[in-house]
Amino acid sequence: MAKVLVVTSGKGGVGKTTTTAALGATLAQMGEKVVVVDFDVGLRNLDLVLGAERRVVFDFINVVQGIANLSQALIRDKRLENLWLLPASQTRDKDALTEEGVGKIIAELRTKFDWIICDSPAGIERGAMLAMRFADEAVVVTNPEVSSVRDSDRIIGMLDSKTVKAEKGEQVQKHLLITRFDTARAARGEMLSIEDVLDILATPLLGIIPESQDVLRASNVGAPVTLNDADCPPSRAYIDAARRLMGETVPMMVPTARKGLMDRLLGRRAA
Amino acid sequence: MDAVALPKPKPIRMRGRSYVAFVFYPVVPIMDWLEEVDATLRQSPGFFAGKPVVLDLSAVDLSENAIAQLVANFEQRNLRILGIEGVDAARLSPSLPPLLNGGRHCVIAPNTPKKQEAKPKPASLLLDHQVRSGQSVVFPEGDITVVGSVSSGAELVAGGSIHVYGTLRGRAMAGINGNLSARIYCQKIEAELLAIDGYYRTAEEIDATLYSGPTQVWLQGDAVQITQLN
Repeated sequence: MAKVLVVTSGKGGVGKTTTTAALGATLAQMGEKVVVVDFDVGLRNLDLVLGAERRVVFDFINVVQGIANLSQALIRDKRLENLWLLPASQTRDKDALTEEGVGKIIAELRTKFDWIICDSPAGIERGAMLAMRFADEAVVVTNPEVSSVRDSDRIIGMLDSKTVKAEKGEQVQKHLLITRFDTARAARGEMLSIEDVLDILATPLLGIIPESQDVLRASNVGAPVTLNDADCPPSRAYIDAARRLMGETVPMMVPTARKGLMDRLLGRRAA
Repeated sequence: MDAVALPKPKPIRMRGRSYVAFVFYPVVPIMDWLEEVDATLRQSPGFFAGKPVVLDLSAVDLSENAIAQLVANFEQRNLRILGIEGVDAARLSPSLPPLLNGGRHCVIAPNTPKKQEAKPKPASLLLDHQVRSGQSVVFPEGDITVVGSVSSGAELVAGGSIHVYGTLRGRAMAGINGNLSARIYCQKIEAELLAIDGYYRTAEEIDATLYSGPTQVWLQGDAVQITQLN
């Protein structure tokens, strides 16, 4: 049965789009049929991270308005045949989204895909509300800092009250994904610890993604981080998170860079 | 006699007041009708006790004596006639009840005991989940109990006390309707604002040594007291 998964956070810049692309690509590699839907109308980014920006012809709003049908707007990934993108419109704003239109498209996508991953815009306004509106599950992306944690808390409250599932008296299954985690800084007390974040948010942990230059490197070449370098620390963390989403039990750990002999020697010297 | 004459006597205070009177309509033959009255009285004795009773004689044509007889008959049944309607004033002797007019019909509400309130309103509100940032719980009727934490940016407003079985990181306002004895209890305190009946303390004014311990907040005079609970 198709699952609608919203990737949301409240705060901007915490890694929603990176997470959407990485989880979408990993699930597709695992054999699931996946569509990633960009809800950030007016500020779309997901097409860039997936390297599909030059192939966008029709977008979400065109489908809502009936200018194009869904199959014309869906873009198939060049590397993974199971991964599709439904891009957002860059020329419109979020008011162009209607609940009826979004509901119709989600319902149609449910018949075609195993996973519908909605990349929510930042904030708590219309775009973010509609991205989570029809979700079955949610990945709440949080950085280990107070402002991000508070915004995520607000979003969790909305997932519990403003979604279709919540209004039917059911629960959106929530997962917490901590991104841009820096072990060294957390150890020095410059970041909230994982325990603090979990204590405040009281939501099951899906994974911890370490802060890494690999993420930036991947989005610059237009590839999900897991496709660009499957062995770098954030990729391994995302792959573990995707396996947990599929129901596997994977021990929780923060992957670190595998150091070669020279790195070790240099690392020691620097320390 | 001490004649202390007031320069201006106060006018007598009078007030209008209306009562619902029961009106009897005698019909001929009067004796048969009186038997019907008796039957009614037997069914519910005391129903007319203390209630004003009026006779409407418009359906019968009675002489002055007959009217006096009828009133006497009622008095035998312990029903005192307040007034008489529908008769020529000339037929009423001064010893009879006065003539009334201008009465209006009204519906007499059935004298059934009021239904018991379906359910007494609960005086406390139980929340068995975390209160998230941006959520506001307002319960002016009584206490709020939260089994879980109250996040930073969340707000609890209660007419009574507030109990948090978790960490209170948000704002808590107890006793909003002037309940000075309301208190705030929590297992861990990291609150942004604490208030009882409008007297408040902000996070900066909370003694740092109390942070993170079980705490109660109460009002002494007009000073908010925050003390450890143990």
